[in-house]
Amino acid sequence: MAALIELDRVTKTFTVLQKAGRLRRRRVAVRAVDGVTFSVEAGATVGYVGPNGAGKSTTVKMLIGILVPSAGRVRVDGRDPSRDRVAVARRIGVVFGQRTQLWWDLPLHDSFELLRHVYRVPAADHRARLASLVDLLDMGSFLATPVRQLSLGQRMRGEMVAALLHAPPILFLDEPTIGLDLVSKEAVRAFLAELNREQGTTVVLTTHDLVDVERLCDRLLVIDHGRVIEDGTVAAVKARYGAERTLVVDLVEPGPPLAIAGVEVVRVDGPRQWLRFRRGTHTASSLLAEVAARAPVRDVTVEEPAIEDVVRRIYATSR
Amino acid sequence: MAEPQDAAGARAAFATYRRLVAARIRADWQYRTSFLVFLAAQAVVTGADFAVIAVIFTNVDQLAGWSAVEVAFLYGASGLAFGLGDLFVSPVEFATNHIKAGTFDGFLIRPVGALWQLLGVEFAPRRLGRTLQPAGVLVVVVAVAEVDWGPASVALVPLSVACGTVIYGAIWVVTSSFAFWTVETQEIASSFTYGGNALTDYPIDVLGSWLRRIATFVVPLASVAYLPAVWLFDKPMPFGLPRLAAWTGPVVAVAAALVARGIWGLGIRHYRSTGS
Amino acid sequence: MRLYWEVARTTARRLATYRGATFAGIVTNTVFGFILSYVLLAVYRERPQAGGFDAIDAVTFTFVTQGMLMVVGIFGNREMADRIKTGEVAFDLCRPYDFQGWWAAVAYGRAVFYAWARGIPPFLLGALVFDVRLPASAWTWPAFVAGAALAVGVAFAWGFLLQLSAFWIIDVRGPVQLGWVTAQFAGGTFLPLVLFPDGVERLARALPFASMMQLPVEIFLGKHQGLDLLVVYATQAAWLAALVAAGRLVLARAVRRVVVHGG
Repeated sequence: MAALIELDRVTKTFTVLQKAGRLRRRRVAVRAVDGVTFSVEAGATVGYVGPNGAGKSTTVKMLIGILVPSAGRVRVDGRDPSRDRVAVARRIGVVFGQRTQLWWDLPLHDSFELLRHVYRVPAADHRARLASLVDLLDMGSFLATPVRQLSLGQRMRGEMVAALLHAPPILFLDEPTIGLDLVSKEAVRAFLAELNREQGTTVVLTTHDLVDVERLCDRLLVIDHGRVIEDGTVAAVKARYGAERTLVVDLVEPGPPLAIAGVEVVRVDGPRQWLRFRRGTHTASSLLAEVAARAPVRDVTVEEPAIEDVVRRIYATSR
Repeated sequence: MAEPQDAAGARAAFATYRRLVAARIRADWQYRTSFLVFLAAQAVVTGADFAVIAVIFTNVDQLAGWSAVEVAFLYGASGLAFGLGDLFVSPVEFATNHIKAGTFDGFLIRPVGALWQLLGVEFAPRRLGRTLQPAGVLVVVVAVAEVDWGPASVALVPLSVACGTVIYGAIWVVTSSFAFWTVETQEIASSFTYGGNALTDYPIDVLGSWLRRIATFVVPLASVAYLPAVWLFDKPMPFGLPRLAAWTGPVVAVAAALVARGIWGLGIRHYRSTGS
Repeated sequence: MRLYWEVARTTARRLATYRGATFAGIVTNTVFGFILSYVLLAVYRERPQAGGFDAIDAVTFTFVTQGMLMVVGIFGNREMADRIKTGEVAFDLCRPYDFQGWWAAVAYGRAVFYAWARGIPPFLLGALVFDVRLPASAWTWPAFVAGAALAVGVAFAWGFLLQLSAFWIIDVRGPVQLGWVTAQFAGGTFLPLVLFPDGVERLARALPFASMMQLPVEIFLGKHQGLDLLVVYATQAAWLAALVAAGRLVLARAVRRVVVHGG
């Protein structure tokens, strides 16, 4: 069965005018996206990550149909977004974190009603769906407020609803948690996770906040200089690049830093010690055994590598 | 908007437009005094154009063979058409603002034509003010003019105004489409729209023949008020055109609308291939 | 003093970067110049000496006026009013320079840029198609420049007053537009004042607006020589002084209001 989203050797070249001397300008071809190939199955949650200028937004714009590729093949829900923009638009929802697509002067309620007509959603379906979304996102208190008076957190919730009112099978999000406080960020992530779980909505998320990826995505795509440099499940990527783990032991009594071969004691705080080790040299249980042999242990936890470190390492190896 | 749309899609587009306009009217009406003050100011502003004509006719009895009442007809008919075009279509000028701000993409996400959304979002009810004064002049002229008001003559007036609105609208869309290629183009639009309005206030007989040709055959401004006026006031047709040319308004309007739609579509295609 | 010079220079430089807009503006000015010239030529065919001008005077008047539109700024702008509306003006008022002087420097910087960017090209294009009259005497040029400089000041002071209404009115668009349309009409921008009926012309000449457009353009046409020229300058200077003083008075009142109400 064909995947829901398919990119095959997609390339996007921009011609940029550069200053070459005082009066003349030179045309330079910039490959923002260079032969990107991947596909996304229905129901997946994909994190699309990369440094600024890597080609993330450009790729997503081509998937949405805002931008037309220079070469290659794009299929979303079986259609070519550059040719069938309107048909594809009906099947996707889009949330831009940094720009609003709601109508600035209208209260949220009016915006939603307007969207019903834009997407030709039957009245009954719309009512039911709106009620459930408003309930899920706890928005009843500010439905009548004009968008320009909303806080960022409220506005983002409004954007989510706006993107989902027509029950699209695919949801594209571009930096949805940017600028939000921690509570709001968690609310957004929880909501998206539930959406994916309950309704099978495919979620494609571009973000700089790697905690979003960690909490929400089962797949990670890393792009740099227009090329996909890493594509796999989050766990697999972490395993490949996140070679170091940390064993946090709570000893019964405080003591000097434990001396174990191949292990670095990163920090000591009373009875607690942070022991960093590499996957190859130890497993968590083998290390625990060695610790227990040296001092009685009351409690232990294992810290996995932070996804930031993982991705940073990926960027570093690709340059 | 030049993308293939079925009938239901067109209905969705218009429903969207209607609701956006209604929202703007409601919002503006909340600030009633400011709205009405602005309407009055607009009426005065357009009155200045008429005052110029009035002053001219304190110096002369006729302008290139046209009397004051006849020129007033040109002013009223073209002014009303321009005012209606301004009310409904001039919001397209904001395309360049949205492109610069990055919000134009927001229109392209939706399964509705970008042009309809733009016209709805930037609809400004206060622009109605530009129609009041020319409409008043037109009504007075129709009342006092020495014209044989048979059914044909009576029909010609609203027909010309309607077609003129479409023609001006087409000019607005075409000149605003330049924003897809270069961003600093708002003023070019003005030279064609406001310039066009200034031109149609007067009989094209006053213009040099080169400009007269352009105004008749290239940018069909003569179809807005001049050709119908020639028919109504029994003046000689320019360029030896048949008298029926006064009734070509609808044909010209449709052609202009198609050209506008085509160029706008080209613009959107260019925007989608080069990004913002 | 140096500061104001810098402000003017930066303003001019900033405007120079908007090449597309400048080009578009030249097109607009030229188009209007052509249309108005044709209309006036038709008028002068009927009455060759209307208002004491001849046809060539009238056409020249039109193109010089179009060239001066942006220099004098007679279509107004709302830069200052916008800053008042957003409250950013509070910063401006705290700074150690003269508020009115600052905006005057901006106006003059703008004037200098537009003088060569949009003042000259429409005139040249018009000269290609129409018969225009250049000043007969070499002295007319500096006399014209002096008159134009005064005109810029008078127009600026008027705009300054108009925009100050933003301290009291929420939506200034209507009143400001009205103020400028009056200035345009009574200043001879659309039609030279000489074509107005006598009583109306006399009234218009008694107002400050004639100093913004009609008078300097008449200097260019050589209509004011010797003592008459000095009278024109005196008129412009008097209006400049009066409007500047009025502006300062109103500004002081506005500032007091801002301070009292907490911005």
